[in-house]
Amino acid sequence: MHVPDGFLDAPTSVATGVVAAGTVALALRGARRELDERTAPLAGLTAAFVFAVQMMNFPVGAGTSGHLIGGALTAVLVGPWTAVLCMTVVLLVQALLFADGGLTALGTNVSLMGLVAVGVGYGAFRLLRAVLPRTRTGVLTAAGIGAFLSVPASALTFVGLFALGGVADVPLGTVATAMGGIHVLIGLGEAAISVAVLGAVLAVRPDLVHGAAALRRPADLARRSAPAEVGVR
Amino acid sequence: MGAGHGGVLGAAYVAGDSPAHRLEPHLKLVAVLGFALVVVATPVHAPWAWAAYGGYLALVLGVAAVAGVRPGRLARGLVVEVPFVVFALLLPVVARGPRVDVLGLSLSESGLAAAGGLLAKATLSVLAATVLAATTQPRELVRGLERLRLPSVLVQILMFMFRYADVVGGELRRMRVARESRGFRGRHVGALRVLGPAAGSLFIRSYERGERVHLAMLSRGYTGRMPSGPAAVVPAQAWLTALALPLAAGAVLASGLLLG
Repeated sequence: MHVPDGFLDAPTSVATGVVAAGTVALALRGARRELDERTAPLAGLTAAFVFAVQMMNFPVGAGTSGHLIGGALTAVLVGPWTAVLCMTVVLLVQALLFADGGLTALGTNVSLMGLVAVGVGYGAFRLLRAVLPRTRTGVLTAAGIGAFLSVPASALTFVGLFALGGVADVPLGTVATAMGGIHVLIGLGEAAISVAVLGAVLAVRPDLVHGAAALRRPADLARRSAPAEVGVR
Repeated sequence: MGAGHGGVLGAAYVAGDSPAHRLEPHLKLVAVLGFALVVVATPVHAPWAWAAYGGYLALVLGVAAVAGVRPGRLARGLVVEVPFVVFALLLPVVARGPRVDVLGLSLSESGLAAAGGLLAKATLSVLAATVLAATTQPRELVRGLERLRLPSVLVQILMFMFRYADVVGGELRRMRVARESRGFRGRHVGALRVLGPAAGSLFIRSYERGERVHLAMLSRGYTGRMPSGPAAVVPAQAWLTALALPLAAGAVLASGLLLG
């Protein structure tokens, strides 16, 4: 769900726009560290992946289906800075080609789904990685919790922005409870999908998963002792 | 989707040869952004706000008519608004302040005004953006953003995304066809065990394709910048044509502020 034009007042839109521009500028530098000169093709293809997977409907139980938002998953897969760039580009395309999310609210949307979702998701992932055992299960658990937290975090940030610059006088507690409650459920779906996708990538190409670099070990190529001389004499 | 030219991303484009199609893309981007800014700047609680929204609507529908964008296409563009319609419908119920009775429901006056304003503004901006998407090819949009000085790396990422969105989307579609022709029906949570790996392998294929594309580019002399031809000079006439929409909207806003 993208914020359309006119939802927040001008100062809030401008402020989130500045925050978003700063975040993207930092991400452009950071992504170069993650991907060096391969940034453009790899981030472009990852953005295409995020865009495609957002069109894929996953069942979340009780006959309903949802789709992945993908901020936290992308951060774990390719690194947080590249993920911010991918989310920004996807949001820009959605605003320009599908009018999904207003042009004047682009800064707000990038702040919510680029900065907050990726930041909270990846931050929680890194914190948990430090505590949890360095195993596949540890990585998946951390990523699942990160993905889960990223959704209500951006929803509550939106409520906060609405409190600061919303155009209606709404009791904040009610809105925060409603938005938080719905997005906790969406977050559960996001976590389940993220873990399923990440588990599949870890099984096939663990070397591609940025957040699982610690799992990578040099192949076990111990020299075997020379076979005993049992030749024919 | 997929059939014909343009694929998923090109689906928004409606081929044509109207003045709106011929305008330089960066002018159109400036025009739509300007229009959205004017719409957003309209005070919600002003008594003349609805007259102004009417004026904007007439303007944007006029542009759509000139551009040859049919009403059906505009209506389909509005579908993205649905989640916010739900949110806006809730506003009068939960907002504080003096209440009025509408059809037996006690609704907040300020909430009603705010919800109406929100819907009107969002709808107007969506209409303008729909006209933009319907008259501009995706690659033209990228060129427009480039001329508006979007950072070069971001432009390149966008370009790759546009170029490969259909390839990646096509892979996703082939996987779905393969799944469903083997009897897969994803209706319960257990389906995640199939769909998760599908999305996972889609990521691996996309990423590996990115690596191959990068190598192919290197072997053709890529140095981190994309070559681009000289930018065409835009005549003042084109600027005037493009800015007619935001300037007219600005005139509506100004007359509202002065007379209202």
